[in-house]
Amino acid sequence: MQRIGVFICHCGTNIAATVDVERVTEAVKKEPYVVFAQNYQYMCSENGQQLIKTAIRENKLTGVVVCSCSPRMHEATFRKTAEEAGLNPYLVEIANIREQCSWIHKDIEEATEKAIVLARTAIAKLTLNKPLIAGETGVTKRALIIGGGIAGIQAALDIADAGYEVDIVEKRPTIGGRMAQLDKTFPTLDCAACILTPKMVDCAQNEKINMFTYSEIEEVKGFVGNFKVKIRKKARYVDEKKCTGCGVCMANCPSKKGLNEFNMDLNNRPAIYIPFAQAIPNVAVIDPEQCLKLKTGKCGLCQMKCGAGAIDYTQKDEIVEREYGAIVVATGFRPIKLDNFNEYGYADNKDVITSLELERLMNAAGPTKGTLLRPSDLTHPKVITFIQCVGSRDVSGCGKPYCSKICCMYTAKHAMLIREKYPDTEVHVFYIDVRTPGKNYDEFYRRAVEQYNVDYIKGMVGKVYNENGKLMVQGSNLLDNEQITIPSDLVVLATAIEPDPSVRDIATKLTISIDTNNFLTEAHAKLKPVECATAGVFLAGVCQGPKDVPETVSQASAAASKVIGLLAKDKLKGNPCVSHCDENTCIGCSQCEQVCPYGAITYEEKEFRIGGGKTEKRRVACVNPAVCQGCGACTVTCPSGAMDIHGFSFEQINKEIEAICKR
Amino acid sequence: MKINYFPGCTLKTQAVELDKYARASAKALGVEMEEIKDWQCCGGVYPIAKDEIATKLSAVRALDYAKHNGGMLLTLCSACHNVIKRVNDDMANDKEINSKANNYMKLDEPYNGETKVIHYIEMLRDMVGFDKIKQAVKNPLNKKVGAYYGCLLLRPSSVMAFDNPENPKVLEDFISAIGGTPIKYPFRNECCGAYVKIKNPDLAEQKSKNVIKNAKSFGIEVIVTACPLCYYNLKKVANGEIEVKYITEVLAEALGVKE
Repeated sequence: MQRIGVFICHCGTNIAATVDVERVTEAVKKEPYVVFAQNYQYMCSENGQQLIKTAIRENKLTGVVVCSCSPRMHEATFRKTAEEAGLNPYLVEIANIREQCSWIHKDIEEATEKAIVLARTAIAKLTLNKPLIAGETGVTKRALIIGGGIAGIQAALDIADAGYEVDIVEKRPTIGGRMAQLDKTFPTLDCAACILTPKMVDCAQNEKINMFTYSEIEEVKGFVGNFKVKIRKKARYVDEKKCTGCGVCMANCPSKKGLNEFNMDLNNRPAIYIPFAQAIPNVAVIDPEQCLKLKTGKCGLCQMKCGAGAIDYTQKDEIVEREYGAIVVATGFRPIKLDNFNEYGYADNKDVITSLELERLMNAAGPTKGTLLRPSDLTHPKVITFIQCVGSRDVSGCGKPYCSKICCMYTAKHAMLIREKYPDTEVHVFYIDVRTPGKNYDEFYRRAVEQYNVDYIKGMVGKVYNENGKLMVQGSNLLDNEQITIPSDLVVLATAIEPDPSVRDIATKLTISIDTNNFLTEAHAKLKPVECATAGVFLAGVCQGPKDVPETVSQASAAASKVIGLLAKDKLKGNPCVSHCDENTCIGCSQCEQVCPYGAITYEEKEFRIGGGKTEKRRVACVNPAVCQGCGACTVTCPSGAMDIHGFSFEQINKEIEAICKR
Repeated sequence: MKINYFPGCTLKTQAVELDKYARASAKALGVEMEEIKDWQCCGGVYPIAKDEIATKLSAVRALDYAKHNGGMLLTLCSACHNVIKRVNDDMANDKEINSKANNYMKLDEPYNGETKVIHYIEMLRDMVGFDKIKQAVKNPLNKKVGAYYGCLLLRPSSVMAFDNPENPKVLEDFISAIGGTPIKYPFRNECCGAYVKIKNPDLAEQKSKNVIKNAKSFGIEVIVTACPLCYYNLKKVANGEIEVKYITEVLAEALGVKE
C-alpha cells in the first residue's frame, strides 16, 4: 500500500497571496494514498526540508509531492531531501503552483482550484512512479573552446592554468578575434594589441593548450563529460610545422587583389598572407579564391621562394576527432550589415565608415599606418561627425531592438583620441542617449565632453549626402529644437553588433537555444549566466549578449571556472529518466533511430522464443542510456508503442490527464 | 483591360494635366481607366486620431465599391493613394476602426480591406510592364530626369509597401523605360514643404528650394512627380530654372499621345 505525503509551499506571499494553501492542504488529504499533508512558508528552506524529512520517516512515506515553484527551480533540492530521508529521489513529484498558477492568476478562487487540480495531477502520476537509479559516466578531462577571441583565449588560459587540457577551435587563420582589430581600449586607453598579444602568445606556449586555427566544428556527438567532436582543419596549403612566418611568400605573391579582412576590407592583401604581424600561429595561409596556382595551375612563386619548403598546394581539408568533457562557446560578433540604412549613405560614400573601420584607420598596423586619413582622397578630415545607435535600439525592423552596449563608450574613445591627436579637428557626436554605466565609464565620457570639447548633439540623423565633396549630415538638435546640417569630411557610424553568423550552426550542433536576435540563451538570466540548457556547454562573450572587453573577460573566466568544476569530477551522475524499448512490441522500423537527436538508438538482431521450442531472429531498437537525454522524440514517433520513458511513461501521463479531467 | 479609378478632387481642378495624360497614356497602353461612380473626397489627409472615423468613410465607400467591381482600385494622386491605402490597411488590421466604420456604413456585408489599392506607377510596372512601355515609346525622353518621390508614396513604408523609403528606385526604372536618364539625387525623398505652405510659407519654400538646389547640382533638367502638392510647391520655387512635370505628362510625351 502506497503512502503519499503532500507538502504545500507558501513561497512567502508568492503562492499564498493567490492560492488558499489551507484549502489545498485539506483537499489533497482526500486524494487516494495521501496519508500526510502540510503547508509551510518556505518549503525549500532548511526548516522546510527538515519538515519533509521528518514526515517521510515518521509516516513511512513511499512518495512525496511538493506543491511549489517550477521543477527547474527546486526539483533537484527536494529529490536530495527525499534521498537524505532514505527515499528514492525519483519518488518525488513537483506540482508547479507558482509559475503556472499563482503568478498568472489574480482570482484566489480560480487559483486555488487550479492548484488543487495540479496537486491531484502530481499525486496521480506519483502512484505509478518507480524507484530509478542514475547511472554514472566518466569525464574526459579536456575542454573544447569554440572561438579564439579574447573570450576563448581567457577561458583557455584559465582552464589550462588549473591543469586541464584545452583545445581552441578558431575558424580564422589566427586567434585574437575582434579585439586584435581594435586600436585602443576604453576606459584606460591602453593599446589593444599590447594587452592582447601577450595572452595570445601564452596560448601558443602553454603545453596544455592546443590550437586548431582555420578550423571549424564539423559534428558534435555525446553528452556532458563525454563529447565526441569532429573538427575540420581547412586546407591552408601551408605546412604549419614548417612555416617560419618570415613573410617572403607574401612579398613575392603576384596576386594582390584579395580584400584584407583584418583591415575591414579597407585595403588589399596578397593571396598568400599572414593576417597581421602578431598573428598566432605566425603561419601563412593561401586564399584559394585568389591564388593563381590553385585557380589556374600557373604560378607557384611562393613555393619557389619559401626557404622552409612549407608550401603544399595539394593539401586537403582534414577531419580530426577529439573527445571532450566540456565545451565553451565563444563565437563572438560582427557589426551588422548596413543595407537597411540607406539614409546614412554608407554604400554610396567612401567617407562614411563604420566604427570598426575607424579602428583600423587609427591603428599603426592599419592601412594608413595610424595616420587618420579619409578613404576617398587620403586627406586629413577636418570635421568628423559620429552617429550613434546606427541599427541599435531600432524597433522599425531595419535594425536591432537591443542596445549594443559598447558604442557609447567606443565613440567617446574615438572622439577623444582624435581631439588629442589632431586638436584642429572638429568632432560632433549625434546621440539618442549616452549610456555609460560601468567603473570609470561615465568619467570617461565626461572627459570627452568637458576636457576635449567634443560636441555632443542630442538628436538623430535623417540623411547623409554628398554635396560638392562634403558629406552633409542632416539631423535634429533636440535640445535647441533646430534642424541642422553639418558639412563633414568623415562620417563614422556606430554600427550595432550582432552574433557572428556561425553561431546558428554551432547552436544547432550543440542544441543550444537562441533568442530572436541570434544570441545564445543562458540557462538562467540571473543565476546561471554562463551555463546553458545543454549540460556541459558554457557561454562566454558576445555570443550570449552584447558586452565589452572587461565584461567578456569576466564571463570567460566564469565559464572557465564552471568547466574546471566539471572536469574536476571523476564521475558524473546520469539522468535515469531515459527512454527504453519493449523488445516484444518493437517492429524494427528504425523510425526512432531517425528522429533521435542524440544518436542514442541503435538496432540489434536478437533471438526471441516464439513458443513450441522455436526461436526467431528480429531487429529491435536498443537505447544507450548514457547518451539518451530523455527528450521523448522516439516515444511519440514509435508506431507500435514500444518506446517509453522512465519517469514519464505513457501510463503516467494518461493518469495525469485523467486527474486533470476529473471533476 | 478595365480598371476602377479614383481620380480625387485635385485632379479635377488644379491638376487636370495629371489626370488627362494618365488616361491618354493608359489608353495607348491598353488600359481603360474607369472612373468609379459617385466618388467623394478621399479625406485629404490621413486622419491620425484613432477616433476620427468620419473622414475615413468616403475612402471606405470607394474601396467597398471596388471590392464588388473587380476587386482593384487605381489611384494617381499621391495624397489620395496614401489616404485610401492606409484606410484600407486599417479596415484589414485595426479591429476598432473596422467595427466603427462598418457600423456607420451599414453595408450589406462588412468591408474588411479586401480591395487591392494600386498606384498608377505600380499599375504601369506590374500590369503593363516597363518592358512593354519601352517598346511603345515613340519619343524617348532623352533628358536628365530626377524623380521626386516626396513622402506620401513611400511612408509609412510598412503600410505603403511602395519602395525602399530611404533608397527608392521605381520611378528611376520608369524614367529609364521612357528613354530618360534617371539621376539619383539625395533630396528625392525629402519633404517639399507640403501644407506648411499655408501656415508658414517661408519654411515650406525653403524646403522646396533645397530640393531644387540639390537636383540642379546633379545636372538634372526635369523633375517628375506624381503628387499635385509637390508639383505646386516645387514649381513655385523652380523659376523655370528646372522643369517640373507630372509623371503622366512625360509618359504621354514619350508615347506620343500628348495633345
